[in-house]
Amino acid sequence: MIPGVVYFLVFHYGVLFGNIIAFKDYVPFDGFFGSAWVGVSNFTSMFGDPAFWHAALNTIEIAVLQLVFYFPAPLGLALLLHSLTSTTIRRVVQSVVYLPHFMSWVIVVALAQQMLGDTGVLNSALSGSGLHTVDIIGNPTLFKPLTVLEVIWKDCGWGTIIFLASLTQVDEQLYEASAIDGAGPWRRFWHVTLPAIRPIIILLLIMRIGDILSVGFEQILLQRNSVGPQAAEIIDTFVYYKGLIAGNFGLGAAAGLVKGVIGAILVFSANRVSHRLGEQGVYS
Amino acid sequence: MSASARPHWMERPKKATMAAKGVALAVVVVLVLVPFLVVVATSLASQKEVIKNGGWVLWPQHPTFEAYRTMFVGGIVTHALWVSVGVTVVGTAASMACTVMLAYALARPRVFGGKPVLLLILFTFLFPPGMIPTYLMVKNLGLLNNYVALIAPVLISVFNLVVLRGFFQSIPEDLFEAARLDGAGNFRILLTVVLPLSKAALAVVSLFYAVAYWNSWFQASIYMNDDHWPLQQVLRTYVLSGAQMADNGAGDSAMSAPQTIQMAVLVVATIPILLIYPFLQKYFTKGVLTGAIKS
Repeated sequence: MIPGVVYFLVFHYGVLFGNIIAFKDYVPFDGFFGSAWVGVSNFTSMFGDPAFWHAALNTIEIAVLQLVFYFPAPLGLALLLHSLTSTTIRRVVQSVVYLPHFMSWVIVVALAQQMLGDTGVLNSALSGSGLHTVDIIGNPTLFKPLTVLEVIWKDCGWGTIIFLASLTQVDEQLYEASAIDGAGPWRRFWHVTLPAIRPIIILLLIMRIGDILSVGFEQILLQRNSVGPQAAEIIDTFVYYKGLIAGNFGLGAAAGLVKGVIGAILVFSANRVSHRLGEQGVYS
Repeated sequence: MSASARPHWMERPKKATMAAKGVALAVVVVLVLVPFLVVVATSLASQKEVIKNGGWVLWPQHPTFEAYRTMFVGGIVTHALWVSVGVTVVGTAASMACTVMLAYALARPRVFGGKPVLLLILFTFLFPPGMIPTYLMVKNLGLLNNYVALIAPVLISVFNLVVLRGFFQSIPEDLFEAARLDGAGNFRILLTVVLPLSKAALAVVSLFYAVAYWNSWFQASIYMNDDHWPLQQVLRTYVLSGAQMADNGAGDSAMSAPQTIQMAVLVVATIPILLIYPFLQKYFTKGVLTGAIKS
């Protein structure tokens, strides 16, 4: 138990404590404790920086796109898989769709470029059939939808696991009873399936909302250079470029801290709301 | 179970519905598999064929391992491959040792400090430490450009910890009583009773750790110099950013690495995952579920 506890003390609580440099003017030469306190000036200069607001806006836009298009995708695929009566086909499809989850973002982005880039599979197929090619990679206006597509490709299959598990726990007799009462497939879905898996949907929604400001740091960092910061700067990449690359550690830590606090508040509120609505929530 | 398990009360599905489902599933499967196929095929084609075909091939006419030979001769990829293998093996072993011991301690009732420690750990799930302070911590510990920096900051994943703890808790209390009566200490019980009973969970968790170590590149990009890079970071630099591979042996230093070599690096970075995937798959639904439901 000791090594584990030491790890959490050093790399979580030690680091959490390290956030105090958000209130300091960190100078590497003076070190962590020697740097001068500057109160909230890191925060005021951050809030006065249009680049920060731009990053915040991009983050929110991507988060909303993900919530609308990515969040329901695994549920849809899970329902499709669950409706298959052939277990063999279901297993084969499952093995295939879980696979991308285990690929690193470097590989996923490289595959996306290979498929959708200007010399990629899609464009050579288009020009081969005499159609216009489309500029997808490196096109700032299409960048946000592209990131959502990549997330769906990578994690939609994996996301079905938890839905499939809750679908198999629905009492078979409920289906049978409603079928005998004359309910067709759609009504059975609406009155039996959906109520049964509602708690799990709400649980996942809460967890997603608590984490909503994290919209794929690695994924977006890898592609930021090809479309520029205007389209691709998010809060996490803002922290990275301002803090680590430009060396403004105090400001970077301040931005990270703001994000962390907002995330924690969001989890608390989402949980509170779900309790109000009579759902279970993540914790009591 | 037979291939068709339609319960008696369910009406026969319409032909159209079945066709629509079939098409939908086929499209999903093709969309997942085609990118992999294109990459493998391109890595096996000759550079000439790839250029003629506009950057990729679906089926190489004259398969050749030329790209792989060139890539391994270069040395950068070979070195990075060893770094990745080393970090993955050592990291997974260290992570497993620490996670197992901590999970075991937290799974047993009446362990001194168990409750507060568990709360402290779960709190970190809610409020993750930031990137900048983590970087400064690694720097102040003197770990920059030390392979330890790729392991220590991500030593224990709370998710994996919770999965293992849940699994350990499901072991019947009688077994512990019996072992204790036989005079076994805590450590002996862990080794002879708990671990043999938890093989499935241990397999899943160690594979999760191994995949995470294998796939990680960001830590390397901020903590390590380029002669200490793992494969994924090399892949990122030469394939995504199109940087030149100084010693690719192609003799054409004005160009970024040829497409076939880029794809070969991509294949090498993917293959270990594809190899362990079948083993992983056998266990992971079970493992993920116990954990997900507990948390």
